[in-house]
Amino acid sequence: MNDVSSATRDDVDIDVDGKRVALSGRLVIAAVDRLMSDRADVIPGDVTSIDIGGLSQIDTAGAWFLVDQQNRSSGQALTIEGASPAQDQLIETVRQNLAPSEDADPVRKTISDNLESFGQRVVDAWRNAVALISFLGQIMATMGGIVIRPRRLRLTSLVHHCQETGLNAVPIVALMAFLIGVVLAFQGSAQLRQFGAEVFVVDLIAISILRELGILLTAIIVAGRSGSAFTAAIGSMKMREEIDAMRTLGLDPVTILVVPRVLALMLMLPALGFIADIAGLFGGAMMSWIELGVSPAVFQSRLVSNTDVWHFGVGMIKAPFFALIIGVIGCYQGMLVGGNAESLGRQTSASVVLSIFMVIVMDALFSIFFAIVGV
Amino acid sequence: MVRVRGLVTRFGTHTVHEGLDLDVKRGEIIGVVGGSGTGKSVLLRAIVGLLRPDEGQIEVFGQNVIDTSQEDYRRLRRRWGVMFQDGALFSSLTVRQNVEAPMREQLDISDTLRETLAAIKVRMVGLPENAMDNYPSELSGGMRKRAGFARAIALDPEIVFLDEPTAGLDPIGAAAFDNLIKQLQAALGLTVFLVTHDLDSLHAICDRVAVLAERKVLAVGTMDEMLDVDHPWVREYFHGPRARAATATVQSQGTH
Repeated sequence: MNDVSSATRDDVDIDVDGKRVALSGRLVIAAVDRLMSDRADVIPGDVTSIDIGGLSQIDTAGAWFLVDQQNRSSGQALTIEGASPAQDQLIETVRQNLAPSEDADPVRKTISDNLESFGQRVVDAWRNAVALISFLGQIMATMGGIVIRPRRLRLTSLVHHCQETGLNAVPIVALMAFLIGVVLAFQGSAQLRQFGAEVFVVDLIAISILRELGILLTAIIVAGRSGSAFTAAIGSMKMREEIDAMRTLGLDPVTILVVPRVLALMLMLPALGFIADIAGLFGGAMMSWIELGVSPAVFQSRLVSNTDVWHFGVGMIKAPFFALIIGVIGCYQGMLVGGNAESLGRQTSASVVLSIFMVIVMDALFSIFFAIVGV
Repeated sequence: MVRVRGLVTRFGTHTVHEGLDLDVKRGEIIGVVGGSGTGKSVLLRAIVGLLRPDEGQIEVFGQNVIDTSQEDYRRLRRRWGVMFQDGALFSSLTVRQNVEAPMREQLDISDTLRETLAAIKVRMVGLPENAMDNYPSELSGGMRKRAGFARAIALDPEIVFLDEPTAGLDPIGAAAFDNLIKQLQAALGLTVFLVTHDLDSLHAICDRVAVLAERKVLAVGTMDEMLDVDHPWVREYFHGPRARAATATVQSQGTH
């Protein structure tokens, strides 16, 4: 097989002698590719036998080439001579495993096919929504059970997730809110200065941060940070059949995995939102002082006298709802992970996109609600 | 084909191999056996260069694997195929694409030729036609192993390394897989390096057996020679109740 005397490079020589063709060299994949790309009919049509005794090496591709030549010469029989037993066996193996030559035409999609797939997607989306809501209901029921019997709560797990989602997120959330405060003060002052109304920058910063931006941006960061982590953690457990193992042992995955995560998020998101509010106001105050000369004392007094405490309340009320959305979607997408690594990645990104989207939808709904209530 | 000399591998303070020597000859099927944790898979990984041993020499095709240039290593890699325990198929690709993947990377050949050859390889390992466009997660364990084998032989390697090819298969499936290895070994002129626990496959297809114990290769030889080795673990392994059953099967088949 490895007799490298004739040629070390991958090439074959073809000697046509009347109705006989003698091949020599190495009939391996690179040589076959070259032969195929050069001409369609390497072997003339009237040849009746191919002598491969001179070949020093032949691989699957080479064997396929020979079999293919035989199949093409439909007119008369083409014989292969001079094959060693091993080569003969290889050629025979390839012949047996040759795929049937019919080429299935790609099926063209008709309008009704497209309609059908569209309908299927709508139904799928609907089913998904129903499943998500029933998952939410399951979590609610489990939480209700925990209220009645507090001993069923996994306290260690809850504290662990509080640290993961809450405490460890403090630096990034605080920094983000600080910078948002800076940006608001900077942009706001540029506009307000035109009217000589620089001092109103305090109201601008206070209302926008306390009411909307502080909690919304915190929720988005947490969705990216913890929501994806929930999906990945639960998803990889699903992939390795750990969830199934839990069920067979009589352990409820919702109680053990989902509730502590969701509950931790509901406890921690308001706290993070509060930290974001403080950091945002701090950043805004600092920028107002540098840029507009509004001293911290003025900023503080104006903040206290002019800003309704409900602005803060509105932001804080939204926090647990955002947390619920992020937690439920994160865990639910984790439960949807299938058997392969790709679905884990797909569900993780779906979880982040969906939870951020739903948080913003929820925020819009809250805006309408508070406008009607008049807060 | 493969020459391992004085191999030492450690994980932290835990020594897996100490002065391990092993030779694999061209065209043979060698089975490597040993208890759990004796470093069978580690040996395989060291030979194919996935793991850097602490000391020792490993040569494949007469070429050093450990301190070789990227270019030489690439050339070496083309000449061997590896099948991991559960197939280790790329889960985002179909079976056909999995088999085509090494060809696509290593060879510069036309699409039609590649597709034809991939189809032949998939059929060679006995996968049904409709499995071709399935994703690995849609296949059974046995089919995944077959697909992994098809990918291992995609480049017509001279030697294939198989990590527990019959583990987790039912006896019929395992026997069929043994047959497949034997057949393809003959048809493609392969050398096969087989890590296994399966006494039946040792009996059925292996030309030689290497026993890994006490951090080195304790004994190498044919199955019959193994039965005469006087070492407690080897005796236990080849004379235990399961081994007797396997031997009995082979003998009864032989007398038919």
